[in-house]
This record gives sequence, structure tokens and C-alpha cells, in this order.
Amino acid sequence: MSDTGPVGARSAASISRDVRRGTLALRTLGGDVIDAVEKRNDELRAFVHFDAGEARAACDASHAEGALAGVPIAVKDNIATRGTLTTCASRILSSYRSPNDATVIERLAAAGAWVAGKTNLDEFAMGSSTEHSAFGPTSNPWDPTRVPGGSSGGSAAAVAAGLVPVALGSDTGGSVRQPAAFCGVTGLKPTWGRVSRSGLVAFASSLDQIGIFARSARDCARVLGVIAGHDPRDATTSIEPVPDYESALEGGIAGLSVGIVEGTWETLDDEMRVCFERSLTILRDLGVTVTHVALPSLGLSIAVYYIIANAEASANLARFDGIRYGRRAEGDHTLREGYVRSRTEGFGDEVKRRIMLGTFALSSGYYDEYYGRAQHARAMITAELRAAFGGVDLIAMPTTPTVAFRKGEKLADPLSMYLSDVYTAPANLAGIPAISVPAALSSEGLPIGLQLLGPHFAEPLLLRAAAAFESSLGVPVMVPPR
Amino acid sequence: MVRWEAVIGLEVHARLLTRSKLFCACETAFGAAPNSKVCPVCLGYPGALPVPNRTAIDLAIRVALATGCTIHAESVFARKNYFYPDLPKGYQISQFDKPLATGGSLEIATRDGAREIGIIRIHVEEDAGKLIHDATGGATDDTSLVDLNRAGTPLIEIVSAPDLRSSEEAIAYLTRLRQIVMYCDACDGNMEEGSLRCDANVSVRRPGGELGTRTEVKNLNSFRFLGRAVDFEIERQIALLERGERVVQETRLFDPAEGVTRAMRSKEEAHDYRYFPEPDLPPLVIDVESISRIREGLPEMPGPRAARYRRDFALNVEDSETLVTSRELADYFERTIAAGASARAAANWVKNEVLGSCNQCKVELRDFRVTAEMLGETISMVESSEISGKAAKEVFEAMATNGGSPREIVERLGLAQLSDRDAIRAIARRVIAANAAQVEQFRSGRTGIFGFLVGQVMKESQGRANPEIANQILRECLDTEAR
Ligand SMILES: [Zn+2]
Repeated sequence: MSDTGPVGARSAASISRDVRRGTLALRTLGGDVIDAVEKRNDELRAFVHFDAGEARAACDASHAEGALAGVPIAVKDNIATRGTLTTCASRILSSYRSPNDATVIERLAAAGAWVAGKTNLDEFAMGSSTEHSAFGPTSNPWDPTRVPGGSSGGSAAAVAAGLVPVALGSDTGGSVRQPAAFCGVTGLKPTWGRVSRSGLVAFASSLDQIGIFARSARDCARVLGVIAGHDPRDATTSIEPVPDYESALEGGIAGLSVGIVEGTWETLDDEMRVCFERSLTILRDLGVTVTHVALPSLGLSIAVYYIIANAEASANLARFDGIRYGRRAEGDHTLREGYVRSRTEGFGDEVKRRIMLGTFALSSGYYDEYYGRAQHARAMITAELRAAFGGVDLIAMPTTPTVAFRKGEKLADPLSMYLSDVYTAPANLAGIPAISVPAALSSEGLPIGLQLLGPHFAEPLLLRAAAAFESSLGVPVMVPPR
Repeated sequence: MVRWEAVIGLEVHARLLTRSKLFCACETAFGAAPNSKVCPVCLGYPGALPVPNRTAIDLAIRVALATGCTIHAESVFARKNYFYPDLPKGYQISQFDKPLATGGSLEIATRDGAREIGIIRIHVEEDAGKLIHDATGGATDDTSLVDLNRAGTPLIEIVSAPDLRSSEEAIAYLTRLRQIVMYCDACDGNMEEGSLRCDANVSVRRPGGELGTRTEVKNLNSFRFLGRAVDFEIERQIALLERGERVVQETRLFDPAEGVTRAMRSKEEAHDYRYFPEPDLPPLVIDVESISRIREGLPEMPGPRAARYRRDFALNVEDSETLVTSRELADYFERTIAAGASARAAANWVKNEVLGSCNQCKVELRDFRVTAEMLGETISMVESSEISGKAAKEVFEAMATNGGSPREIVERLGLAQLSDRDAIRAIARRVIAANAAQVEQFRSGRTGIFGFLVGQVMKESQGRANPEIANQILRECLDTEAR
């Protein structure tokens, strides 16, 4: 990556190196990032809360030591940052300020990074286009008439546009990988339990995982090394030691076996299919053996995902009742009216739709048929993936069935929107890590991603494969036209 | 001929004696300023996650082991979903289809002898907060206030089998269960403050017939309320059935002022809790080692302890039960024996004098001035005839008021018993000499006068003469020392 031009367009690794050496002053760096965001954000709406003063203060408060010394980070607005807004792009939290930082924010700060601002998302991370935001949609830096994907669309756009080198998102069914693919950046969803969820506003706890956007596998590795690891505030974090992800990048992937799953790409339109096949060729050229693996239950993923995610969401969002914090309906009302009005006014349509679907799936008389069966199918999918990893090191899939679609195109048809997650949801259901790397540009000049999935805690291998793939494409991988 | 039989099961909630809440580090203080013991976790703030308090789990395991339950190697927390302002997250973290422990029992004494009452399950859950509706708490006619200090404090729910047949049995069960949770140091047993709460499931049937429709009676925060509510409910259901009507399955609230139960509005109880596994908590795994470590740390439970008193000390049911009421009392009793008292005497002294004195002075046993060692020494002095029973009471009173060692008190008050035969003989002779008329009457056959003469000997010795020896020697003197 280039060491000249706007700071945000450089890599986190090079920024922190220069900051540590003293050749890049925090003050210059901060000013540069603030200028770039102020120049581009009206058009992109990548950030929903960006305050030059706050950003300047955060930059000044960062320190010139650590793996991410001076590195500006964009943070999805469903991750708590102390004292500043954390709204989840929802009216119900439009003035909510968190009393504390998420664990990942604490760890980033300890490594020298600073929060540049909070990025746009589909309300409560429910969506695949960042159009379901109370603050309006984000534009794809490659084509402003198109969506950046979602739900972490703001973070993906901020990194793709070169405003920041790295960003945090959250991935419940593909919300990091799908926007990464749409915006031509690298998106990593770690193993469930690898990164603390403390401070991540829950959508579907058993699927949610904080993920990373960057323009290289190396930056992903650097950030993961900082934020991963057991957290006493999250009982579901693993005590598995955190390896050195950066040193794991070296060595190439010759001799690795990568599985492909029949029925997952052959029916795609020509361009997407050809791109996937070309990616396989690149992998083969890198010395990888490509073999077929059987995942017979994979086709159930979307149905299973939407039942489980919505069921959990219906409980996770019950706390937004207007009583202790967040928006409360004005005027006098009974308890029940208060609940109904605060939530009716506070939540957008997509959130309401999911709360209702999730409540239904858990209701007495329907539980067994929906939630119960979905749990069963989830266990099957997980078992099949585990079995598959007995035979191959990684599995390759397209990240998305299409390139970035046009704004408004799928808003009226939730089901087709849900199908955007067809390739990404399985990793969340199984709790395994997956990464989307830029693979090609379509004939319209839009990015297409390749997705790699690995077994639990195989992040080192995934990152090494991503690095190898990335280097075979040439650097810089992708820069959107300006 | 019994026409109807009651079938009763109890669901008991016990608040666990931990310093911090079940899923956060907040203190579990009772009576603190409203909303002063809260944090993002127990307030249900976005992004805050629960982390289990291992001490609470250990206390729950203690109770489960003490009631003979099987502890499951893996149990699962679940979310119980409903909206209420005292429930910050909109769900309560509880356990549902995979509870901590199942299949135990405890024994109660009934009119027909001892009976095993089954315990179906014990599970761990968090408590809700409190709503304040009264003006003294700051509420007004159209607003209520929420205090979330209690939200997230650890509870266990102990569900009995429907094995109880009367309000007396229900009370006996709750009494024993309360003793057990207190013996385990798991709960303070305070029903007034809500540390121990009880709901009753009640139905009636023809003896041996099919189970009737049950109602659940809530708000039973004392033994008396439990008894009255169950009795009322049994009568109500029998009256309904005898009129040919049906019992409606519903939740009813006990109104202590009127002594009746009333159906809750159907809206209040029409809950579909939509339980599902809590995704923020991994399954609760309990290994065999920690179970045996906890088992080893358990004290002897009240049931076996009372049985041992009956067997080893020949105490009756009532006395043995009184003595095991609390672990402290039973320990006191056993320490009294260890200090030299016989079991029989120790039992009598403890249940009468000690409990009476504590009650009268309104002190807890642990603050009572007369320690078990002091009492044991006092009793042993009676039993070795060093002091009389009457003197022992005086010593006890003195110790209860001012403390001090029994021997010192005996000395200071000159209460040592006179057992010296020569000294008593000298007194007897003086009494015989001074009461010639009465001696004459005795000798002429009015043996009833003997008691008067013994009384004179005791009086002459200022009450210190060993009455048995005094008796014996006086008789000797009267018989053999003819004038
Ligand atoms: Zn708390």
C-alpha cells in the first residue's frame, strides 16, 4: 500500500510504524483524517456520528506506542464507545450515550488506536444494504447509486473510500463479509468466542461476532491480534491463547486443500460464476488442491438463520422499553401504552418485522415447529461443516450471489434481501471464522469477493490464505474510482 | 370416612446469600437507597453481558445435595421473556428444561409418622427488581417508581412433588426446607424480607382418584399465610365440586387481610414466556470434583440430626425437632453436652431456659451471654451434686445478666451444695432437739410430719444441704437416736 496520499488510504501497519518512529505526527495524521471525512462523508454517509472536535480529542489522547499507534479506526455504531453516541442507527437510541467502552474499544485504545467516528448500519444490524438506517442510507464508494451492503455498510464504505485504514463491524449472518465484498475490501468474521462481544449491542447473541474491515490481510491480522482473547466480561469468550496472526501470514499456501461445495456457485449468473472459477484457478496456481466436499444441509442455512436470529433478537430488543434509557413516548400513558408507543415510534419497520417473526417462532404451539427445528438443523449444518474440515483445510465459496445492488432495489422485497446472506450465514450458524477477500471487478467495475471458511480458531490459516490470494492479485488490490 | 383429599405442591424461591449479584459484581444489600446497587449488566444496558457468579452456583449445589438431588454435569440457562418494569432486560435469566438438579426429597414428620416428600427440581435464576406504588416510597396516584437494587440477585427455585396432603404438611415441608437452606448457609430464611418466598399448587380429588384441576396460590410470605391460604383453597375447591361446579386452572393471590384467595386478572397471568436457551451464557458445567468438595463441606442436616438425637439421646420427636430448628441451636446443644452435661439435662435446659431467656431478652443465640460451655459446666455441677438444681437456675440467671464463670458465681453467692454427712448430721440433731413436739408426733406414727422436719434441715443449711442426703440422715437420726 502506498505510503503517500491521505493517511486513511495507507495501511494501519505503515501508519503505526511511522507514528512509533516519530516520522508521522499524531496532529498531522488526525487533521488529515478529519479533512478526508469532512470532504467525503456528505456524499457517502459512511459515518453517522462524526464530530471533528471529538475525533481530534480522541487522536490527541491516543499514544505513540503499541501495535496500532496512532491508527484511526471507524466503529460501527452498535459498538459502545464511552461518552459518545451509540445509536445502532435507531430512533429508539438516537440520543443514547454509553456509560462505558466495549472491550474491543478498550483494547484498541491500549494498542494506540483511536476512534475516528461511528459508522452507519442497518438499524440494530438488521439488514443487508444499510438502507434500514434511521439516518438514511450509505452510498457505495464504487457507485453512489448502489448500496455498500450491510449491515456494516458504513464501516465498509469508510475503509473502501480510504477515510480510515481499518474499521470494526459486526457479523451476524454476513454483515461484515457481504459489505466487504460489495466495497472491495477484506472483511474478517472471527470464530464465535474469539473476540469479546461485551459492548456490542446484541442482535442475535449466538451468531453475533465483531469483525474487521481492512484493505489487507495484514491489517486484519494486526487488529485481530489486538482485540482477540478471553474477556472476563463475556462468558462466551474462549480461553484459547491468541496466536501471532501476523507471523502466520508468511509461508504461502502451497499444499493446502480447499473444499468447494456443489450447488453453491454453478447456478450463479455467468459473471459471478466465472469469477469464482477464476479464483479457484488462482488458488490452484498457489499450490492448493481443490476438492469437492458434501454439505447436504447447507441449503437450509437461510431459513435456519432467520428463525434463530429473529428469535434471539425478539428477546435482545425487549430491553428497549423507554423506561431506563433511550426514547420514551411523550405524554402520559399507562404502562402498556408506554411500551407500545415507545417501541412503535422508536423502531423501524424491518426491526419490527423481525421482532414479530422471532416472537412467533418462539411462541407456544409454534416453538417446536420453528425454533426447535431450526436448532436441530443448525446442529446438522455445524456437524457437516466439522466433518468437511476433517478432509480439507478450508472451504471456498462466493461471498455474495451478486455484486452490489442498486439502492431501493430490494427494499420492497425482504425475502430477496434476506437471500443476500445465502453464502455467509453458514459460518455464523457453525460459529466458524470466515473471510471475504476482493477477487475481481465485474464488467460494470464493481468488486466481487471470494469467501474462505475455516474450522474453529483457524484464523491464522484463513489470514495466510487471504494474504497469498491478495498478493497474487497484485497490490493495491482495489481502489474505487474518484 | 374422608370424602376429599387435598394434593399440594410447593414452589419455593430462596434468595442466595452471596455478596454480589448472580451475573454482575453489584452488591446484594437489602435496604440500600433505591437504585444504588446497579450497573449496566443488571440495568439491562445495551451491550452488557451476564457473567455467572460461581459462589451462587456453589450455594445452589449445597442445597441440591442437602435434599438428595442429582446434580447435572451440564445445565442450561434460559431466557424467560415478559415485559414488566421490574425486569430490565425484558427477560429473566432462569433455567428451564435443563435445570441444575432434579429428583431429591426431604422427610417431614406427620401425624402418621415420617414421610418422604419429593423434590422435582432445583434451578438457579435471577430475581427481578421492585415496583414502588405507595406514597411513602415517593410514588403518586398515577406514577409508580422502580427500584432495581434487587434485580439480578441470585435465587434458587425448589419445586416439590405434589406429595403434600394438608396445610400442616405444607407447613412442615416449608419448615424443614427453610432449615435446610439455612443449614447450608445458602439463604437467611427471612420470609418477611422475601428471602424465602412460597407459592402453592393446590387441588383436591377423591381419595386415590384422578388428580383434580389445580390452582396456583401466590403471595404466601409467612407460615401462617401458607396454612390459611391452603386451607381456604381446599375448602373453596371442595365446595365448588360438591355444588357440581368445576375448578378453574388459574393463578390466585392470597389476601391476608380477608383470609381469602382471589383469581388474578387473566391478563396478568396470560403469559407465554417463550423460553429459549440463553445464548450469552455457555452451559453450566459442574465437575464431579467440585460436587464432592461441596458435599464434604456440608454440615449434618436437621432431619438426620434430629433422628440421631432420638436414637443416641433417647429424646422424643418434639424435643429433637426443637433442638435442630437451627444449626446454631443444635450446635449449642451438642457443645453443652461436650462441656459435661448429660443429654437429657442439656436438652431440657436448652429448650426451656436458653430459648426462654433469649426470647425474653430478645437476643440471638450467638449473642447470648451464657455460652454452651458455661451451661454445660453448670449442669455438670448439678449432676455431680456440687450445687442444687435451684442453685443452678440462680447461676444461670446471673450468667445471663452479667456473664462470668459458673464456679465463680457459685462461690461468690455461696451456692455450693452441702454434702458433708457429718455437717448435715449436726444440723439434723439440732433440728430434732429444737422440734421435740413434731419429733414426738412423727414417732407416734404421723409420718407425714417428716417433710416438715426435712424442710427445717434445709432451712437451717440455708438451702445448701443436698436434699437427698438430708433426707437420708434425718431418717437415720430419727430412727436410731432414741432419746
Ligand atoms: Zn449490577
